[in-house]
Amino acid sequence: MAILELKNVHTYYGNIHALKGINLTVEEGEVVTLIGSNGAGKTTTLRTIQGLLKPREGSIKLNGEELTKLPPHDVVKRGVSQSPEGRLVFPRMSVKENLEMGAFQRNDKDGIAADMEKVFGLFPRMKERINQRAGTLSGGEQQMLAMGRALMAKPRVLLLDEPSMGLAPILVDLIFDIIRELHHQKTTILLVEQNARIALSVADRGYVLETGEIVLSGNAKDLAHNPEVEAAYLGGKAH
Amino acid sequence: MERALNSPVPLSKRFWPVFRTIAIVYVILLLGQQAGLEPGRIVREMTDNPVIIVQQLIVGLANAAIITIVALGYTMVYGIVESINFAHSSVFMLTTFVALLTMSWLVNAETKAPLWVAIVAFIPAMAAGGLINGLVERYAYRSLRKNAKIVGLIAGLGMDFVLQNIGLQIGAFGKLPNAYPNVEGIKFLKILGNQNASPKSFPAVNEFFSGPGIPVNVLEFIDPHATLRITPADLLVIITAVVLVFALNWFVKNTRSGKAMRAVAQNPAAASMMGIDVDRIINLTYVIGGALAGAAAVMFGVYNGTTSSSIGATTGLNSFTAAVLGGVGNIQGAALGAVFIGLLSSLSDQFISSRWTNAWVFMTLVLVMLIKPTGILGTEGGEKA
Ligand SMILES: Nc1ncnc2c1ncn2[C@@H]1O[C@H](COP(=O)(O)OP(=O)(O)OP(=O)(O)O)[C@@H](O)[C@H]1O
Ligand SMILES: [Mg+2]
Repeated sequence: MAILELKNVHTYYGNIHALKGINLTVEEGEVVTLIGSNGAGKTTTLRTIQGLLKPREGSIKLNGEELTKLPPHDVVKRGVSQSPEGRLVFPRMSVKENLEMGAFQRNDKDGIAADMEKVFGLFPRMKERINQRAGTLSGGEQQMLAMGRALMAKPRVLLLDEPSMGLAPILVDLIFDIIRELHHQKTTILLVEQNARIALSVADRGYVLETGEIVLSGNAKDLAHNPEVEAAYLGGKAH
Repeated sequence: MERALNSPVPLSKRFWPVFRTIAIVYVILLLGQQAGLEPGRIVREMTDNPVIIVQQLIVGLANAAIITIVALGYTMVYGIVESINFAHSSVFMLTTFVALLTMSWLVNAETKAPLWVAIVAFIPAMAAGGLINGLVERYAYRSLRKNAKIVGLIAGLGMDFVLQNIGLQIGAFGKLPNAYPNVEGIKFLKILGNQNASPKSFPAVNEFFSGPGIPVNVLEFIDPHATLRITPADLLVIITAVVLVFALNWFVKNTRSGKAMRAVAQNPAAASMMGIDVDRIINLTYVIGGALAGAAAVMFGVYNGTTSSSIGATTGLNSFTAAVLGGVGNIQGAALGAVFIGLLSSLSDQFISSRWTNAWVFMTLVLVMLIKPTGILGTEGGEKA
């Protein structure tokens, strides 16, 4: 059984039909990427999974349990955390406090402390800046913090929304090395990206989203060599 | 520069700024006299009796203490929902009655009450304030929060009227101790709606000292005969305010709920993604704000001795101004703003003209907002501790 399963999910913003029947699964330990251009509905999909938006139709199941009826804080409690688009770190809190907020739904003090050390292992720069206000971090550091904060929830499924956005190539490589490392540690990840090439290079499987509909899906390697994907998302030239 | 010198701008326009400045200075000097701004007299009064300045500073600090605690309720709520709780001043007013009821139930209002009576009164007053504000948030504001801000503001004004009228009913209730004992409470029921019920008096808290206060000869170097009066009420309100400000600061910085409040204030969407129940945290903020209003109500009652259903307006206005002055969302800022307003008010009452004190306070507010729109300690978007 898939750990995360979306069936025929329809989400609206008022009258705008943003998701038109999404079907998607993520297996335990898998990295699955959701790619698509601006406004395709990638962020909307993640927000719907986390309960921040209520779908008008369809079901979202985590390990067989229906999530669509739950408020966002209960979805987090069940094990779905997110590094959101635009990072959204708490600017006037320290790095440490931001990480603590990621573990808001947990009470296992020892576990939280151990996971904070793990995050510092992945992002040594966060340890150096532990008492710095998050608002004064660079864009790349804020991205690391946002990911670390999401990991502090000890998620069963980690949602990453465009972690490469606005970063210099060297930082994009660093962030994706971390994603590979997390994959190696068997973290289950649903990765949203506009940068299809790099996303498909780390993912096991991928889905292509266009104006609220999944138009293609499959093995990440196959998608990377699919002519349509190449033309639309990989700048036309094969890697 | 050159271009400005030979500019074809008509003479009238070039002289307009100069003319305007002269006009403003002239009007201020003219009206300032009317409003009690007479530098000569003020300096004379101050040098004649310097002790009065110190005495007024104490009065100012005591008032600042009360203003601070009410201001915290405005500033915390603003910090978290970026909206003004217009009902806050009425919650404060209602809790003065809760404090009064408790204190007069514990002792006879005509007699002097020991200090513990005031301390015990904090419990029901704070509980009532938290309960009322929490209910107002839950049932009047929450469902409107997704609408435009103005909708919530108008709902707040509506709630303010509702609570004020409840206060009017309570104020007219004859069983309460009354400052004018010959007036039957029942009679007041007849004039409900167009007049405030008579002020209700609190028992005088006087544990340590008899008489109006403790004479302190700290000013001997100015005048050997001068005595400064510091009353137990002065001490009670100032100490309480300091304790509450520190307690709240600690709470917001160190507790799980306090951190959640800061997270929601800084980014509600992200807070929600972290698993914080945003609605619950917003409600908690209103409950704490209301409880603080209840604490301020005890302080107000002990300090002023009376209350009525109309006291919300002035205290509310001063406190709101203090919150804005200090930078909305900022706890220390609210205290700083309150001290500023308290001192300005007491000095203006004494040396300028008490009738114009509110005008001077608001002129200062306008000036501060012109120079630093985020308030004295505020940063962009409001600072939360
Ligand atoms: N709050 C909103 N109100 C109305 N429409 C919205 C809102 N948020 C998103 N939309 C619309 O929903 C559609 C999907 O948006 P979404 O943010 O999910 O796209 P995306 O795939 O994440 O795009 P990007 O790559 O630019 O982040 C877009 O057409 C967008 O305009
Ligand atoms: Mg997006």
